[in-house]
This record gives sequence, C-alpha cells and structure tokens, in this order.
Amino acid sequence: MRIYTNLVSVMKRLVIKDLEKCVGCGLCMYACSRKFAKKPEIGNSNSAILAISLSGFERGATVIFCHACIDPPCAQVCPTGALKPKKGGGVVYNENLCLGCKYCMNACPINAIFEREDGKIAVCIHCGYCSNYCPHGVLAYEEVEA
Amino acid sequence: MRDAVLIIDLSNYSYEIEHRPNLFEEWIGGVGVAVQLLKEQMNPKADPLTEENVIVFATGPFTPAYPLASKTVALFKSPLTGNLGESHAGGRTATSIANAGYGAIVIKGKSRKPVYLVIENGKVHFKDGRALWSIPDSLVVGRILAENEPGRGIRTVMRIGGAGEKLVRYACVTTETYRHFGRLGLGAVFGSKRLKAIIVRGRKKYVPADGKKFREVYDEIFKKAIESDAMKKYHLLGTAANILPLNELNSLPTRNLQSARFENAEEISGEALAEHNLGRRIACSHCPIACIHLATLRIPYENEPYFYKTIMISYDYELIYSLCSMVGVGSRDGLLRLIHKVESYGLDAISTGVCLAWATEALEKGILSEKDTIIKLSFGDIKGYLKAIDYLYEQPNDFYRHLAMGVEHASDVYGGKVFALAFGGNEMPGYHTGYAAHLGYATGLRHSHLDSAGYSIDQKEKSLTPKELIDKLIAEECWRQVLSSLVVCFFARKVYTSDVISKAFEPLGVEISEDELKKKGEEIYKEKLRLKVKMGFNPENLRFPKRIFETESLQGKLDEKFIEEAKKYYVRSVNEVIGLGSSPHYTLITSE
Ligand code: SF4
Ligand code: SF4
Repeated sequence: MRIYTNLVSVMKRLVIKDLEKCVGCGLCMYACSRKFAKKPEIGNSNSAILAISLSGFERGATVIFCHACIDPPCAQVCPTGALKPKKGGGVVYNENLCLGCKYCMNACPINAIFEREDGKIAVCIHCGYCSNYCPHGVLAYEEVEA
Repeated sequence: MRDAVLIIDLSNYSYEIEHRPNLFEEWIGGVGVAVQLLKEQMNPKADPLTEENVIVFATGPFTPAYPLASKTVALFKSPLTGNLGESHAGGRTATSIANAGYGAIVIKGKSRKPVYLVIENGKVHFKDGRALWSIPDSLVVGRILAENEPGRGIRTVMRIGGAGEKLVRYACVTTETYRHFGRLGLGAVFGSKRLKAIIVRGRKKYVPADGKKFREVYDEIFKKAIESDAMKKYHLLGTAANILPLNELNSLPTRNLQSARFENAEEISGEALAEHNLGRRIACSHCPIACIHLATLRIPYENEPYFYKTIMISYDYELIYSLCSMVGVGSRDGLLRLIHKVESYGLDAISTGVCLAWATEALEKGILSEKDTIIKLSFGDIKGYLKAIDYLYEQPNDFYRHLAMGVEHASDVYGGKVFALAFGGNEMPGYHTGYAAHLGYATGLRHSHLDSAGYSIDQKEKSLTPKELIDKLIAEECWRQVLSSLVVCFFARKVYTSDVISKAFEPLGVEISEDELKKKGEEIYKEKLRLKVKMGFNPENLRFPKRIFETESLQGKLDEKFIEEAKKYYVRSVNEVIGLGSSPHYTLITSE
C-alpha cells in the first residue's frame, strides 16, 4: 500500500508507540515467523524482531527491529546484492542471492538483522503482521512520511 | 514433533542426543515424558545430594508453537523430602530449550570442579565455573553471565545463589531474575553437582503439518487468552490480588497459623502494592498476560543522606503470605527487603518463611533458646528475619544447619511438631481455606497447592464427604498432568480446555481426542505415583500438623476425624494404583 507523490512517499511501517510498555513477551517475535500465509513457521529462526531485557529484566524490556534507514548501511556492504535499498527506506531481501556472510549484521548499528538457523538472515520487511499480536500497545502499523 | 532428548553427564563431561519419537508420542511431553526419563535414568533409592541424582527438564509440544505454553517441568529427587521433586518455572527456559531443538534435557553425574553449561542446538559447552562459585548473590551471577555470554533475547540463564551451593534443602534455581524452579530444592541438587548455571540458547524453526490451520488455531487461542479473565486479573494486580479476599475468608495463615486473619492485610495487599510500589510488569516468553509484577524498593544509605539504592523486586501472593503474614510482617518495605534477601541467596520463599515462623514460635515457647537462634526472633521483626536469612545461608551453628534442612527435619530434632507446618516434608503453601487445601497439600504428588487446587474447592463446595473430596482432588490432579505435559501455564487453564487442546494438536500433525487426553492425564498421574512409591513414599505416614485443627479456617474449625477418614480412603486408592487392588476411575473436572 504505497502512495507516491512527487517528493514525499507515504508508506506503512512498523512503528513503536510506547517502548516503556514492552513486557518482553516476544509474541511479536513468534508472530514474525508466522507472517507468510503460505509458509508459516513455528519458532524464531525467521524472526526479524527481537524482544530483549535491558541487561536483566530489572531494567525492563525492549524490542529491536529494522528502523528502515533511508540510506541503509547493510545494503551498502552486501557483496551480492541480496539486500537492496527500498524506495522510502529499509531494504528488500532476496535470499536466493544471500551467501550468509553476515557483513550486513555487522554493518547494522542497531543490531536489527538476525541470523537464521540455515545461516542466512532475517530482516524486517515492514509487513506489520507482528503488530496485531503485541498485547500491550508497543507496536503499531502506520503510515509514515519517508 | 520435537523428540530430541539431550543427556549430559557431568562426571565425564560428555553428552549425547537421542531421538525418541515414541516417548513423546506416548507421554506428550513435560511431566509425562519427564517421569519416564527419570524412571529410566535414576535409581529410585538414589541419595539426592550425590552424583546418583538425576535432573530432567522437559518441555511440551505446544512450545514454542502457541502462546502461554511457557513453562518447563523439572523432575529430580528432592533433598528436602527425600522423595520425588517436581517444580515448574516460566521465564524463557521453555522456549529456549525448544528453540535449541530439545524436548527434554537430562543431567546426570557430578562435576569435580564448579562448572556452568552452555547448551545450543546439537552442542553442549562445559565451562569453567570456578570464578562464579561462591558468589552468593544469584542476581550478580545472572548479570555476569548475561554480559559475557551471547544470545540475548533468545536464551535462558538458570542459576543458583549461595543457598544452592550451601545445600540448603529448599534452595531454588532462578531463571531470568524473577522466575524460579522454586520448591523442593532443585538449587541444592545443582549445588551438589557443582553446577552453578545453565544457559540454553537457540533459533530454530519447525514447520507445522498444516500451516493454514496452524495460523487459524493460533489466532483463536490468542484471542481467547487476550479476552480471558486471567488476562485481566493476573495482568492488573497479579496473584497478590488474592491477599484481601483470602484474609476476608479467614484463610490467610498468620504468625505461623496461630491465626488466619492478618490485621495488616490492607497494607500488604495487591492493591496497595500496585498503588504505591509497582514499577513495571514483565512476561514469560510467549505469554501475553505479563503477570510478573516488579515493585520498586528504595533503600537509603544509613550514613549518607540523600543516597539510595533502587532495586526492582518481583512479588506474588505466596511471597506475601510467607514473608509477611506468616511471620507477622505488616509493611511493604519489610516485604520487599525480605524478598530481596531470599532472592539473592536463591532460597524458596515459602519454605524460608514457614521455617522462620516455626523458629519464632519455638523460641517464644521456650523450645529453642537464643543460643540456638543467635538473634532474637519475634513476629514482625524485619531486622531479625533479615539476619536469620543470612544465617540460613552461612549456617554458623547446629541450629541453622538443621533449619536449612526444612521444618520437618528441624522439628524432628528440636520438637514443636504440633506447629511445624509441613506436608509430606514440604513447607505449607498459603491457604488455610479448609479440608480440601490441607488434603491437597498432603495427597498432591508434589505437596503443593498447585497439584489439585484444594483452596478453590474449599471456596465452592462445603458439603463433600471425605471420599468425594479425595476423588475430586485426584481428578483435578489428573487433569493437571495433561496441562503440565503440554506444558501450559496453569493461569491459562481456562484457555486450554480439552477441546482447544485437541484442536491445537491437529495442525501439528497429531490426532488426539478429548477422551484420550483425559485418559493420558490419569495414566501420567498413576505413573508418577508409582515412581513416588518406589522412591519411598508411604501415604500411611502422612502427617497433618495439629495446628491446622486449632485455628479457624473458612470452613470453621477442622475436624481431625474427617481428615483421618479421607486419609484412609486415599491410602486405599494409592494401594489400588500400585497394584494392591483394582484401580479406581476418577471423574475428571476440566474446569473450576
Ligand atoms: S513487520 Fe513483518 S517482517 Fe517486520 S518484524 Fe513485524 S512481522 Fe516481522
Ligand atoms: S509483543 Fe509487544 S510487549 Fe511483547 S515483546 Fe513484542 S513489543 Fe514487547
């Protein structure tokens, strides 16, 4: 669902509404592995979002996922073109081209690219599926101006 | 289905992975599978604190597929009771074990030097634990490991504090700072094996047999969970919500159960804690409820004005009972300080509170002297209790060495049996609701209020005969074997009704009817009971502390004759199960 105008593109993104409300349940992570209706998975191998505690749960929890950079450093270091910048921010990932070198994982300054069980990567495609499963109003799927 | 069993031997630092599809098919997972593994791997006569003891951690088929399948079952021989030990914990343990590819993990033997384990898919690392050993604070151990080991967000860090190292028989294993394999002394078993911690981490995928159906059933369960009463109740106030109602009902054990009403209940209620102290809520992995309530404790430094340390403490009903009403402490600040102390050493809060309550009364009655207790213990004296908890860990004299072995043992040595509140050797949980509660503690195979939830029966049924009551308790316990084999959180028991469970199995490629599920529950119960008897359990020896007949409960004063009759019937039904007669058929209750 994209509307392009001359200069500004408006697109839907996974966004944070209130990070402080995150309870670290990881329902978003498990939802992400189910996101493809044709091949939903159980587990976390293909999850592109991660709930972590802030060095121990006494300091609370937070979630990490792709911030949809306009000029994504991960795509810059990808040697095969498996990661390509997406119009309006973020990346498109073609797993058939991916070597599993993980240069992108090192290049991402917020650690939002994850390793799958098969050695390839998982990165958020901003489909919004997970936001339906966040019980505590941390995540939402909204139109943003890029 | 996940069918890998990881077997680790600490005596020679080796491991193997076995695939056991039949085991998981026949016994579901969780407690069902763990009972079988313990039967295979351990001599039932094993000494719990030697290398002969075996620990089994088992997860169920719904982890990590569905929400609220967030628990792991641990089975072992309990150093507290000398019998079957069973304890369940949440946190990230279950999902991490599942995402690392295992259905169950078995730990045998004993390490020569302190170690910790790092478990991944297909691999176990034995790590030098000498530098961590003798750090008494389980929080610090957790932080060190979290900083130094990779896998944040996809791992569990299970560890013991000083109490486990010092073999306090009711030491716990803490996971993710705030959840515990609390009861029956798994921490001491870790300590005896020189095992300081276990980290499990993993990222794995499983493909459902029917993907479309899987998403549908998931959504159905998710919706039911979000809209359930449990979601509201346990998220809002948590289990602490029960303090006021149970106090109202004359059921909140107070000052070693000399009373069942606490005059300061308001002060330590879930409502007061939420209003004044609640800082945040967190959740176990894959649980939408987020029942874990963290309160802020602000401790001023004594000699430095305007300096404070601020600590987040998790509280629950059982801790408020054991560390407040049971020991006469009526302040939230006192509660949080006591919880913090118990958490640091890695002690089971219920057992600690009950032991201290007994010691206080024994001192008052002159059974103990201050030479034994070193400090004066009196109900409500927070400072005294904080010191006494230090002594449980340090064990500076014979008295604390005995008290660290549980209230049953300490009262064997010193007397005061009448008011030593333990059932089957396990310290009493916090419900003096009536017959069903106490009979449940005694007959439940882990001597816990969670075995058969007698406290709930007491509130609903007032005119059952002893026989009917035992049947009802056992029927509930049978059904709970299904839940603890799946392993779903008991707070989700109204979400996971038998029809939902049966439906949830389908997309995973397993066909099992509601009737079959119920039968499995009975079979698992019987298998567990048989194992318990082999370990030396004799229902004839069950002791009901006199104190429970002295203090009015919700059901008024309890009659010893009723309990005697119920016990007789229970002994008969145990004998039938172990083959001294035909086996009874229990009518199952699947909801409350
Ligand atoms: S928006 Fe889609 S791809 Fe991104 S984390 Fe959520 S489910 Fe995964
Ligand atoms: S589902 Fe929501 S509350 Fe749970 S971990 Fe994800 S962002 Fe946090």
